Formats: sequence, C-alpha cells, structure tokens
Amino acid sequence: MKEIDYLAPASLDEAYAALQNGKTSAFLAGGTDIIVQLREGRKQVDQLIDVKRIPELMRYGWTDGGGLAIGASVPFAEIYEDAEIARRLPCLIDCATLVGGIQIQSRACFGGNIGNSGPAADTVPALIALGATLTLGSREGARELPLEAFFTGPGQNVLAPGELIVTVNVPPQPARSGAFFHRFIPRNEMDIAVVNVGARIELDAAGERIAGARVSVGAVAPTPLLVEEAGAALVGQAPGEEAFARAGDAAAAAARPITDMRGSIAQRVHLTRVLTVRALRRALERAREA
Amino acid sequence: MPMRRSHVQTTLNGEEIDFLCEPRQSLLEVLRDELGLTGTKEGCNNGNCGACSVILDGRLVNSCCVLGVEAEGASVVTIEGVAEGERLHPLQQAFLEEAALQCGVCTPGFIVAAKALLDAEPSPDEGRVRHWLAGNLCRCTGYDKIVRAVLKASDMQEVTA
Repeated sequence: MKEIDYLAPASLDEAYAALQNGKTSAFLAGGTDIIVQLREGRKQVDQLIDVKRIPELMRYGWTDGGGLAIGASVPFAEIYEDAEIARRLPCLIDCATLVGGIQIQSRACFGGNIGNSGPAADTVPALIALGATLTLGSREGARELPLEAFFTGPGQNVLAPGELIVTVNVPPQPARSGAFFHRFIPRNEMDIAVVNVGARIELDAAGERIAGARVSVGAVAPTPLLVEEAGAALVGQAPGEEAFARAGDAAAAAARPITDMRGSIAQRVHLTRVLTVRALRRALERAREA
Repeated sequence: MPMRRSHVQTTLNGEEIDFLCEPRQSLLEVLRDELGLTGTKEGCNNGNCGACSVILDGRLVNSCCVLGVEAEGASVVTIEGVAEGERLHPLQQAFLEEAALQCGVCTPGFIVAAKALLDAEPSPDEGRVRHWLAGNLCRCTGYDKIVRAVLKASDMQEVTA
C-alpha cells in the first residue's frame, strides 16, 4: 500500500472538515473492501478517514414510527445478533449473515456495502425491497434519498465530494407484509452472488390479494435494480404461483447481465426468474405470519 | 523521505503495550514485522482465507483487513495468547490428538477462530462449527479432522469446567 494519512474524527463536523482539506479521501469502516483495494492498487487516495469513532455512524435504533435507523458503520454481527431485529426484520438477517464469513461480518457494515457500490452487493436488494433510504450528510446539511437512487454504475454512486453516508433507514413496514432475500452462489458460503434478489409482499386486509410488492435484483446490471414492473405485475393479484411467475418474467426481462467467471448471461437471466419466484414464496410466508 | 509513524497503545494478549507503525500497515504486518509475533499467518492478504484471524475487542477479524493504527485503545488476542504458559488450550491439544493439521499454515487462524466460537458458544453442534469456520480455508485436511478437533475441544472444556 502507498503511504497514506489516517484520520479518526470523533464527530461528523470533524469528518466534514477532514473532507475539505484538499486531499483525496476514502472512508474506513470495516475495511474489508477499502484496505484490500488500496493494497492492490485498485484505489489510491491521500487519506483514509476512519468513521468508527463518529457516534451517529456506530449506533442503531427504532424510530418512533417503528422504522430502524442503522448507523452506516454498525457491523453486521451487531445487527444479526439483535433478537428484536431478527423478529421484526428477518430480511435484514437474511442478507447480513451472508456477507463473507464471521471474520468479515465482525467489521463489515451496511454503509460500507452500499458505499462500495458493487453490482452484486448482497445487502442492497434486501434493503431496496424493504424500502430503505439513505441519509447523506455534509457540511451543507443532510439529504435523504431512496437507496435505489444512490447507484450510478459499478463502484459509482451519487455521493458528492464532502459527503458521507450517515444512516441507512429502514422505514416502518406495512401491515401484513413480509420480505425475503435470496442469493445464488455455486457453493454454500463465502462467495459473490451470481444473482441476488430481495422481495417484499404486502397483503390486503382479507389476505386474499397482493396490495403492494417490491422486487429488487442484483448482479444482473451495472447497479442493483428496483424492478417496478415486477411489483406492478403482483399488485391486485391473488398471491400464488401464477402471479409469482409473471413477476419472475418481469424481473428476468429487466435483467441485463454480463457473462463473467461467475455466470453467463443466459444463466443469470434464468436465475433472476427462479430466485424472484422463490423469494416471493418466502416473502408470502412471512407476510402471512406477520 | 522520513516515514510517518503513529504511536499506538493497545492491549495485546492481555498485556498493555505500545508500538509505532505506519498508517498503511495492516495489523497483520504490525504483529509479524514490528512485534515479532509470527504465529499469525499471511495467506491471501485480501480477507478470504482467515489464516490471519485474530480476536479484536472480542470479535473475530482478519488482521489483514485491519490497520495497525486501528488497534489504538483496543484489545487484541493472537494465537500466542491462546495457551496459558506451557499449558495448551484444549483446542491446541485436540488439534494435536486429532491430527487436524498438515502443512500448518492455516492452523493458527483455525484455532483463533474456533476459540472465538467456543468463548461465545461452549457447545456448538457440527453444523454450527462448519458454518463458523467457513471463513477459514485449509487446502490439506479436507476440514473433517479440524471439525472433529473443535468438537473434541468443546467436550474437553465441558469436562474441565
């Protein structure tokens, strides 16, 4: 790794000041992406800003309305060890327990997975399905945007110079809704997604029709996608295989993957359809339990 | 050009120490090159293999993906801190008895990882052990002997507890 400055600001204001000192910066939270990228020369910056001493980034809690505000740098292990999160937002557990092994989950975090902006990021389709937003902070103030609007390309996003991800906000979930995250890799653990899918289903009061749905797919486009056509194909339908198959077709139609070492275009399109249907089945089970 | 070195105070295997390191040095490099603790191994150096596993503030991490400067104010346990003097930890004893190593490069990482598991969950079942150790790679044993050794160590701890 090239010589680099290390700063550990103790507050957001200190972090914003560090971002204005004329040097190129990267953020250090769990370090599981950025340290490797710097070491391998895939990224070069003048300074690393360790954000783990900033209180707002290292805490999480339920909002008054029943949403969950997660500091960007809270490690996955802290999230999935929380029994109330596991009970109320099991879809978050689906994804947080799949990123790397225990060593990675001790440090890696939602803000890092999002900020790294990989097309296959495992937590992103789950969070998009849950309707998550980001709070971005800078010296000028804070702004909030839907997670699906954050990404602009592989490793690229709308974060402005001087700005950082402060919290990942999971809004209160609709009544009678359930969400599930599903990933395909060629082995049981420790791999990057060939395709991953997050899905949420909301049932009507009678439990007979789908009142709302969100489907998000990853690793099949330059950015994770919210497939609005898949959601639209489900609304008003009876929850079941026929509707799920149409949503799967819509998700497959939205996929525009590449062929690489992990899978071909044809395999990824096929998997998008299959995983969408499977994620919807499990989301429906959870919606009925809710 | 003079190297810019940071002064870091940390607790290493229960002992309060301080060291100097460059901000770009990983905790793994600091342990091996600055502190002479070469029990922690470098395998992939990119967070995949777990050979450099250490316990940082009670959590299992890859020391190649931690900077040395991040150890400021923290507590670090390495393979050198697992035995009590000359008395082997049950995991070390079980790895010997079950022949759970061949070339040995992955072994310190496996033992530290398994210690983190047994510290948190004294009686894991086989599935839990395999899942927990998914972040540690071994190219010699095929894993079965390692898993048997961890389960045996768990039993040994129960007997002595």
